[in-house]
Amino acid sequence: MIKALEISDLRKTYDNGHQALKGISFTVEQGDFFALLGPNGAGKSTTLGIVCSLVNKSSGQVKIFGHDLDKNPSEAKTCLGVVPQEFNFNQFEKVQNILISQAGYYGIPLAEARESSEFYLKKLGLWDNRNQPSRMLSGGMKRRLMIARALVHKPKLLILDEPTAGVDIELRRSMWTFLEEINAQGTTIILTTHYLEEAESLCRHIAIIDQGDILENTSKKSLLQKLNVETFVLDISTSLDKAPKLTDFITRLNQDGQLEIEVQSHQNMNQLFEQLKGFEWRVTSLRAKSNRLEELFLGLIERGTQTETNGVFQ
Amino acid sequence: MTPHQIWIAFTTIVVKEVRRFSRIWIQTLVPPAIMMSLYFVIFGNLIGPRIGEMGGHDYMDFIVPGLIMMSVITNAYANVVSSFFGMKFQRSIEEILVSPVPNWVVLTGYVTGGVARGISVGLIVTLLSLGFTDLHIQHIGVTASIVLLTAVLFSLGGFINAVYATKFDDVSIVPTFVLTPLTYLGGVFYSISLLPEFWQGVSKINPILYMVNAFRYGILGVSDVDVVVSYLVIIGFIVLGFSYSLHLLNKGHGIRT
Repeated sequence: MIKALEISDLRKTYDNGHQALKGISFTVEQGDFFALLGPNGAGKSTTLGIVCSLVNKSSGQVKIFGHDLDKNPSEAKTCLGVVPQEFNFNQFEKVQNILISQAGYYGIPLAEARESSEFYLKKLGLWDNRNQPSRMLSGGMKRRLMIARALVHKPKLLILDEPTAGVDIELRRSMWTFLEEINAQGTTIILTTHYLEEAESLCRHIAIIDQGDILENTSKKSLLQKLNVETFVLDISTSLDKAPKLTDFITRLNQDGQLEIEVQSHQNMNQLFEQLKGFEWRVTSLRAKSNRLEELFLGLIERGTQTETNGVFQ
Repeated sequence: MTPHQIWIAFTTIVVKEVRRFSRIWIQTLVPPAIMMSLYFVIFGNLIGPRIGEMGGHDYMDFIVPGLIMMSVITNAYANVVSSFFGMKFQRSIEEILVSPVPNWVVLTGYVTGGVARGISVGLIVTLLSLGFTDLHIQHIGVTASIVLLTAVLFSLGGFINAVYATKFDDVSIVPTFVLTPLTYLGGVFYSISLLPEFWQGVSKINPILYMVNAFRYGILGVSDVDVVVSYLVIIGFIVLGFSYSLHLLNKGHGIRT
């Protein structure tokens, strides 16, 4: 089956000599919900910028639904919808006109463009604002406008570069629901985000990029299986002077007097609960200390940084 | 993209451009009308009768074609440079860059937008001039084609300026320090036959001289230069300007990282 996106040996060196991409390769399957994660400056936006034709590559190949971006740019770009990180619409243009113009750039006739813009503006709760200049919209509305604009020509591949940055939790959740809905309808989605719970909640495949290299590219399930240790925070019914000793589990008290317990991947929670039963105090609540993907992400990035640092000082 | 889709993309850009300058008509259409009316009143009505004839015509009749052409040139240029730089500044140019519109369509669309504003202002100034003089167009074909080609040429000029501009100052530098002096020295207000022979030769390096004179030939039937040479100069510059603009777009100069 044709891949939604194929990136081969993609390199980018900026004019100042900074090598942003060091020959990365990965593919995204049709219908996938794919996350491209990495710290600031890792190369995420450069990668997506090249795919969206906003950044010139130094070398390598990009294919979108089998169309080579160099050889058949029109066909490749027709498959693509883009939601960039920064607001990039005309601040003086009316909301619906922005969508109609965008559809026009894809060769969609006016009547069809009106219909499609109406559908997405209603879907994203912007219909009442359709005749307002876009600068009058709130931050959340502007984010939604960019999503509506990216979808107005019904792309097969939607790229979202940190779509929920600076968005309140309620709007973020409703955007997640909407993205899941359009993904279920067949649109392939590639997402970059700094909210790792967003990637864990939405995506089926995850690539982690750092310093211009892909560190991991696998299914979310396989990635999470690589997590060796997970830390749980327990609220208990009494205050403790020191952490209780548990067989095979590492325990400690945190600054708030809560009990933290590390559970290795080969251990299970039942073993832990059995031991906890033996104490006079009771566990009143339990939660993971951090998002699982976040722990894994930080581990990978730290390892990468360490390798780089070692390399520098060798 | 199919030819029909390309046509839709082209008309989308043109409609957007026309909507832009129409929406801000108080900044785009009114100022040239006021400025040209002042030229007509001061140079044509007040000073003109003291000057007498120029090129065998009343001074007012002589300057009208030049002033119409001056307004077409400045407005065609200003439209493209401000619109395209504005899109770069707001990053809304990315809407077009991510889309499948071929670069030649993008360029043609913006140039057509510039031509639309240049011609609109030219028509307004022409209507205003009728309040000061009677226009009897001698060669309608020459008049129409020269004004159209000149608007195309200066729209391309505005586009190149916008591509290279990195700040708002860069948008006004060329019109202020290059375009305005060349226009004023391009025979708008005088016939170069008044100049010493050396300065007549220097004036002939100025491409705007050929446009103003060819347009004056179309309206009054008089010109300081050969009209055929004017066509060759204008078309030559258009071919160069279009090729260079397209090269800049293909390379992504100033618009892609």
